[in-house]
Amino acid sequence: MSSALAPLLGGLMIGAAAVLLLRQTGRIAGVSGIVGGLVPGVRGDRAWRLAFVGGLVLGGLLLATLMPGALPRGLSGPRWLVALAGLLVGLGARLGGGCTSGHGVCGLGQRSPRSLVAVLVFMATAMLTANLLRPLLAGGGQ
Amino acid sequence: MNLAALLCGLLFALGLGVAGMTDPARVLAFLELRDPALMYVMGGAVAVTLLGFPRVLRRARPAQAPCFMLPRRRAIDGRLMLGAAIFGLGWGLVGLCPGPALTDLATGDTDLLLFVATMLVGMAVAPRG
Repeated sequence: MSSALAPLLGGLMIGAAAVLLLRQTGRIAGVSGIVGGLVPGVRGDRAWRLAFVGGLVLGGLLLATLMPGALPRGLSGPRWLVALAGLLVGLGARLGGGCTSGHGVCGLGQRSPRSLVAVLVFMATAMLTANLLRPLLAGGGQ
Repeated sequence: MNLAALLCGLLFALGLGVAGMTDPARVLAFLELRDPALMYVMGGAVAVTLLGFPRVLRRARPAQAPCFMLPRRRAIDGRLMLGAAIFGLGWGLVGLCPGPALTDLATGDTDLLLFVATMLVGMAVAPRG
């Protein structure tokens, strides 16, 4: 069960970050929604969004120092696959109105049926993709 | 409010790191049904939001902003399903979603930079509705 402890603790920290953000700023900690408000053509309050994203990157820098093993060294798979995956993640998250954090952590916390459906759809699609499609495209490696 | 947002982003990223979710290999292992970690992460996070959100929303207003800005959309429609399916497809290809991708930018790795760059393009071209 000790292998469950760190994931559980990390999950509690993520949940606490979402509750604190709502309490202090009134905003939902959906990363794709926060970042989506920063792309060109979208108007509105950029400062807190930039601050949150800055916090994420700062957290990454802290992790690189404190627990370097937590960060990946590159991604597995060819470059074109990485580029395609990023494009699909960005497009899909905006179209579907959220990602793992917005629909997952926050939507489920609000008992939103819409978020539950989104989570079930993207979990199922991601599992099918990782098991069936990725082995064909990622080529040999992991 | 911006300092609070920064600290929340920081705590969020540290949580991802402690949970092992900054490593796409770990996420792929979950999606390939080899490692249950992501389930514990989700369970822990949702337990906190399930308890915390209703308490916070009982307040008249947030501590540092005039009002709560909650998603208004309720529809379970084609747009939601299609978007979630496209997201899942991208997520399953390399094991990265937006939070970990931005956190992992700290590595300065070119794969991560490429992923985040095309992710922003995907967000910019998504039809607004």
